[in-house]
Amino acid sequence: MNSRLINWFKFSSPATFYPLAGRLVPVFTVLAVGLIGVGLYMSFFVAPTDYKQGEGYRIIFVHVPAAWMSMFIYLIMAFWAALGLVFNTRLSGMMTRALAPTGAIFAFLALWTGAFWGKPMWGTWWVWDARLTSELILLFLYLGYLALQGAIDDTRRADRAGALLVLVGVVNIPIIYYSVQWWNTLHQGATISMDNGSKMGVTMLWTMLVMALGFWAYTIAVALARVRSIILEREADTTWVSELAEVRL
Amino acid sequence: MSVAEFFDMGGYALYVWGSFGVSALLMVLEPIMLRNQRRAVLQRIARIIRIKAGEKV
Repeated sequence: MNSRLINWFKFSSPATFYPLAGRLVPVFTVLAVGLIGVGLYMSFFVAPTDYKQGEGYRIIFVHVPAAWMSMFIYLIMAFWAALGLVFNTRLSGMMTRALAPTGAIFAFLALWTGAFWGKPMWGTWWVWDARLTSELILLFLYLGYLALQGAIDDTRRADRAGALLVLVGVVNIPIIYYSVQWWNTLHQGATISMDNGSKMGVTMLWTMLVMALGFWAYTIAVALARVRSIILEREADTTWVSELAEVRL
Repeated sequence: MSVAEFFDMGGYALYVWGSFGVSALLMVLEPIMLRNQRRAVLQRIARIIRIKAGEKV
């Protein structure tokens, strides 16, 4: 058998992944704090005032990264869900579960900051427009996944049911992404698109990217920290958990 | 730019700080909740181990 294949499966064992995640959490925490710190400084002191929206546009530096993360996290969850259904590895379900609350938070933040941006610029907190509605559905998918997981006692069955729900819901992601093209919406088009590149100034673009990278690091740190707790909960009866230094107090 | 001017955000104070404030709040709360969750799980496992050790004796 291919040696690389063996290595991957080795890390899919909770007992090997737990200490690895433990070493990665501080690294990504430092990265997140550093990047978001720099990103916030750039958001308020480096990025220039917008000629049309004044200082109000600065919401973009938290709104767009949060919206991106809400979609990325869902795609990563779908990846883990598919992996779990195909290979039946325990860790996949735990990773899916560990990412969901953070995804829900970012979906909520995308909607919240969007409302706080829409009010001064469009004159309304909310419209039933394609982009906003599909993002709201994304938030409901996260919450639905968490509710479904919580409702099934058998963790293996909960993982399979959750994975199925996540995979069915993945159809919503391209709908969110293309909603501004497919429908006539109040929401502006993509700020950075795969076809046209960027429509913003260089400083604004960099600020947004630094914030987005900071949100990525935050997500990785938080998801790994959460998966460690989930591993402990689910493997509580195993010998390797009872031999951990942090348990023997 | 004065401090008051900075916090006024050109009249968009409510919207800018409402967005950044709630985002910061949630992104600080989530790690704190995770830390508490981890503590609770570790305590629970330690208790189970103590009970098991007690049964053996």
